[in-house]
Amino acid sequence: MVSGGSGRHDAIIVGAGHNGLVAACYLARAGLDVLVLERNPYIGGAAVSRRLYDGFTYSNCSYVCSLLRTEIIRELDLPGYGLQIIPYEGGCTMMRDGGHLALYDNHDALRREIARHSKRDAESYERYLRDMLRQCRFIKPLLLREPPDPTSFKPRDIMELLYLGKHFHRLGEQRMYDTVRFWTMSCADFLDEYFESEIVKAHLAGSSIIGTALGPRSPGTAYVLLHHYMGNIDGAVGAWGFARGGMGAVTQALAASFQASGGSIRSGAPVDRILVRNGRASGVVLDNGEELQARIVVSNLDVRRTFLEIMDANDLPPEFVSQVRNFKIRGSSGKLNIALDGLPHFPAIPHGSPSIRGDLHVTDSIEMLERAYDDWKEGRWSRAPYIDMLMPSQIDPTLAPAGKHYMSVFVQYCPYKLADGAWDAAKRQAFGRTVIDTIAEHSPDFKDLILHAEIRTPWDLENEVGLTEGNIFQGELTFDQLLFNRPIPGYAQYRAPVRGMYMCGSSTHPGGGVMGAPGANAAGAILRDLGRAH
Amino acid sequence: MTRACTGAPSYDCIVIGGGHNGLVCAAYLARSGRSVLVLEAASQVGGAAITREFAPGFKVSACAHLLHLMPGSLIRDLDLEARGLRLAATHMPSTAIAPDSPPLPIDARDAALLAARSAADAAALPAYRARLRRLAEALYPVLDTAPPRLGTDSWQDRSAWLRIGWRIRRLGRRDMRELLRIGGMCVQDLLDEHFETPLLKGALGFDAVLGTSAGPRSPGSVFPLLYRMAAEVQGGSALAQPVGGLGALSDSLARAALAAGAAIRTGATVERIMVRDDRAAGVILTDGEQISAANVISNADPKTTFLQLLGGEYLDTGFVRRIAHLRARGVTAKLHLALNRLPQFTGLAPDALVGRLLLAPSLDYVERAFNHAKYGEFSPAPIVEITVPTVNDASLAPAGRHVLSAVVQYAPYELAGGWQHERARFAELVIDALERCAPGLRHSVEALELLSPPDIEREFRISGGHWHHAELALDQFFIVRPVPGAAQYCTPIGGLYLCGAGSHPGGGVMGIAGRNAARALMREAA
Repeated sequence: MVSGGSGRHDAIIVGAGHNGLVAACYLARAGLDVLVLERNPYIGGAAVSRRLYDGFTYSNCSYVCSLLRTEIIRELDLPGYGLQIIPYEGGCTMMRDGGHLALYDNHDALRREIARHSKRDAESYERYLRDMLRQCRFIKPLLLREPPDPTSFKPRDIMELLYLGKHFHRLGEQRMYDTVRFWTMSCADFLDEYFESEIVKAHLAGSSIIGTALGPRSPGTAYVLLHHYMGNIDGAVGAWGFARGGMGAVTQALAASFQASGGSIRSGAPVDRILVRNGRASGVVLDNGEELQARIVVSNLDVRRTFLEIMDANDLPPEFVSQVRNFKIRGSSGKLNIALDGLPHFPAIPHGSPSIRGDLHVTDSIEMLERAYDDWKEGRWSRAPYIDMLMPSQIDPTLAPAGKHYMSVFVQYCPYKLADGAWDAAKRQAFGRTVIDTIAEHSPDFKDLILHAEIRTPWDLENEVGLTEGNIFQGELTFDQLLFNRPIPGYAQYRAPVRGMYMCGSSTHPGGGVMGAPGANAAGAILRDLGRAH
Repeated sequence: MTRACTGAPSYDCIVIGGGHNGLVCAAYLARSGRSVLVLEAASQVGGAAITREFAPGFKVSACAHLLHLMPGSLIRDLDLEARGLRLAATHMPSTAIAPDSPPLPIDARDAALLAARSAADAAALPAYRARLRRLAEALYPVLDTAPPRLGTDSWQDRSAWLRIGWRIRRLGRRDMRELLRIGGMCVQDLLDEHFETPLLKGALGFDAVLGTSAGPRSPGSVFPLLYRMAAEVQGGSALAQPVGGLGALSDSLARAALAAGAAIRTGATVERIMVRDDRAAGVILTDGEQISAANVISNADPKTTFLQLLGGEYLDTGFVRRIAHLRARGVTAKLHLALNRLPQFTGLAPDALVGRLLLAPSLDYVERAFNHAKYGEFSPAPIVEITVPTVNDASLAPAGRHVLSAVVQYAPYELAGGWQHERARFAELVIDALERCAPGLRHSVEALELLSPPDIEREFRISGGHWHHAELALDQFFIVRPVPGAAQYCTPIGGLYLCGAGSHPGGGVMGIAGRNAARALMREAA
């Protein structure tokens, strides 16, 4: 890793997560002298590849690459810096009665598969796909734009509001209503308008609750469905896939692109405080007391960490500080990374089906998913959790020794705060056992194949990655925290209340997932403020 | 069945259903000089706002039991006071009760008791109420007008949107930001930001989920609270109880309609809406009688109106699908108790019984109660809004006796096991919950009646037994209530209008839907 020089920089970016690096790339490309500081001895934030067991590479936080904006991939030439995304071909939900629903990327195969469960649903799927596509088309152009402040009379905000109005108007009357409803509905109600088969609904509903402290019956989750769907629709480029070499490949490519533009990165350099002089950000102090000066400071951390932990409240408006305290960041997800001695057998999946290479699930009804959420509300992990399970080593042989496999298991729901006291080693093991038992119900040889399992609770995610409560989106994706409300009404334009200071993490619009849009938008705001075209 | 209809229509307007909205609509239409006929299936008008005997000598407001949302302008317009509307109580206080905690008044004016529990909450409550009130006031004009359409070129729609925008903008930057933030928020988050006392938060959250299939953690649950406050702000009497119960309100509305020249027929059940040349042409009653009219206005709920009375064959499939998917399954039950003495709630100040008592000890309690409704079970520990109307109005029961009227949640329409078998068990369970707060209550019960959502469906002819005719939630509100294509009170069928609670702005004995529908019809005709 290149060690950055000292002295005054144009910009310091706190945190080398994917958004910090995306912002850094754009700033460096515009000719700024940019230093990125990372607390951990390795870069990447939650997009990392770790070797935690002999011969295996784990994507031990984020695990699929679907949302990374194609504009960013292209502009920063990430493929040129080694990023390779390998699409996968669908997935499967296994049912408690031994049946299954497989999803294929081949449309005809998929229709036949859905028709096996319900002929009507196979018809409805066309309508569903069309409507989702419409919503995706509507929302995509908004991702890489700075949200306006609807209370402002500044020309830029008014122009942006007009743009939004026009963009909305172009949908036409009926689709405008559909959009209003889509944004405010629960995923369960939304899916009820299309499908009758429980298994079809359960499979699709999974992506509406990943990472959120809501259930499929909570209003607003239809939108979260879209948040995870956007990658799916991109077509050939940026489709759902694995980054070759694990998710760390994304941030490694970003770092390489950044360094090629002249930027520097220091890892193992935790920031203790952001310095403010005369109402302007002036640099940072590291844990070791070292002071680094910069005209611009950009935080990739979530807003709670940024403003409550590494800034002095006296440098901020008191009302802003209390709003930051009220920003909802809730830990609801866990993760298991498992080294396997061979490919486990799942009797429900037909022999030779490509779906074993995609995402595997075991939640076969909306009710099961909703009950999993009820457990979270009571401060315990789901007794029958929703799991999103993948074995990318089938497609990417660099992740595990020949014949062996790496399994990534994302788990919803797992609370940050347990009703019966703090997390400890015994509870972590018990949580892991719940997940492993859940999988073993569908795979008789699974337990015997386990060589090593890394169990990660929200508490672990917080401590290792620095995400408050281990929330993978740096803040709930609810109405009160989206678009011009994200993260704080009046501060949705990436600018902190202190001049020269910016936010670029997933706490800002359009939110989390390995998307890179907040980083790119923040860089745009900074360059505009500097009078440079983006 | 013949659909032929000849000659000139007998009436300008037929209103199907003599609920409060139907009567309001009829009164306004008749005042404009139109000939109006109201057809009510029951033997008395009022729909879900009626007073009836549930045990010998004991009378109760059978469904809705409080009047607080009807705008003062409507009451004045129709001169309801001159037509017999008297209020037995206004500005009724609300008190939170719990089995294991002394009662707590939750109105801002009784801050002293709250201060003893939490000084911080007592300090925060007035500011919280004042702010919500400011936001609610800005929203009121939204309730009072027909929702403008989106994406049209009509100047009326555009100016309506500008007016709404201006109204919100006039709140000022801080309130506007707060409105845009909390408008879609869950009420638990809002209350957690302001307060610490579980009993206070439970009771304040209660009003947000009352009548809806939502819990305090459901996003969007702040909105019904704002909506409720917006209407209350315009009512002027806050929570009120008419002398003679809600039925007296309906009677005064009927008199207003009659005085304006409308005709009302009770015991006249509409079987079908007649359609000629793609226009509503009148109705056919169950006894076969045909009555022709230029316009038909339905006070019935949207599912009944479109799927039963009209028939899907006149509508395009997309519209029928929307109506079929309209969420309209009630989760609210009503319990009536005939008591041989005044109930004694532990620790309750004697004058608190003039108001309502809220049994919702904490937000977690409410959320847990809601959990069961999601799976077709009733809440084993329900939330209850209790009134003892006989305290304010002795005419409702024999001398010395009392009536307890309670709204109970959650009681899902589709109950696993069926209401036929479970009704008695649920009633017992609610009485047990009340008994814990009012020891001895059980022994004073002389008679009881529990109305489950299917009972409400049957008695008041509301499909799904939902008090609001359709779930009151952001995806079924304003421009999309009940569904796109029927949100401006007119429907895809010319001459057919909606005026019930299924239309904007919803139910709650508000009357605004009826008035807005009448205005929409008059505008169309103009």
